[in-house]
Amino acid sequence: MSVSIYILVMAGVTYLIRFFPFAFFRKKITSKFLRSFLYYIPYAVLSAMTIPAIFYSTGNLITAVVGTVIALILSFFELPLIVVALSASLGAFLTGLLL
Amino acid sequence: MSRFSDFRKGFLHGIPIGLGYLSVSFGFGIMAVNSGLTVLESTLISLTNLTSAGQAAGVTVIASGGTLAEMALVQLTINIRYALMALSLSQKLDKSFTFPHRMLASFGITDEIFGVCAAQESPLTPFYMYGMILIAMFGWVLGTFLGAYAGELLPASVSAALGLVLYGMFLAIIVPPSRKEKSVLSVVLISALLSVICYYLIPSLSGGFAVIVCAVSASVLGAILFPREEES
Repeated sequence: MSVSIYILVMAGVTYLIRFFPFAFFRKKITSKFLRSFLYYIPYAVLSAMTIPAIFYSTGNLITAVVGTVIALILSFFELPLIVVALSASLGAFLTGLLL
Repeated sequence: MSRFSDFRKGFLHGIPIGLGYLSVSFGFGIMAVNSGLTVLESTLISLTNLTSAGQAAGVTVIASGGTLAEMALVQLTINIRYALMALSLSQKLDKSFTFPHRMLASFGITDEIFGVCAAQESPLTPFYMYGMILIAMFGWVLGTFLGAYAGELLPASVSAALGLVLYGMFLAIIVPPSRKEKSVLSVVLISALLSVICYYLIPSLSGGFAVIVCAVSASVLGAILFPREEES
């Protein structure tokens, strides 16, 4: 089968999943439960995606832990996203050079 | 705010996403070519899908000569979380978000873009999202191309450290509200704990599906234990 047909199906299904709720849902949700659920879901998604994956993200546990600690400290003090992200990465890189 | 300043703000907020994507998609490009796809096909997949786990699974289906129905089902299972995110974002769209804008911007709803958008206090405008989507897509597509075309050129120490960029950004999103609200902190910790359990005890559960299970469970618990008053 041609690869382009596969790509078309992949892209089509993925787009429709994103499109329908975003385009057609206009009412404000009034249910307190649902509103609370939707408020918490982004933080829960990011947390589940980060832990424990972050510890394997550099291929070396020590550099990953150093980067994670740097990110935790800087984000605790609410530094901008890019500062936190790049500092964590730089910390892991420099730690890797020392190892 | 004007369209330009919205766009600029979204673009700036999207830079860490673009950088993170650059490194992640680099790996995807290498993987796609190793699975027998051409550089053009690999890049085209990233341009039209803009999703990590779904693309990786899609390439596996192509490489194994699976049916189109299997492809559709795999994408639906892995990417169904986007429907949840799209629903959540639909609640905080600015009035300027008309149907054509919704049609266009929905293409760019990814975990990371959703995370940053959802954490914004002001209503979302189309051009804020376009700025973010543009830089994120640029990183994603460029990284895929580079990975597919010249995977082995980047020093290993650099690409390894780049693997941390996205996660560092995630922490920067979840830590500040966790510090301010015990409810968010509880949900975040429960979700992380469930994720650890899934990762080590149920390795057969695919990554995308595990995230859905953990996040939905933690958020349901949070909504029951810490219901939020009007106007969050």
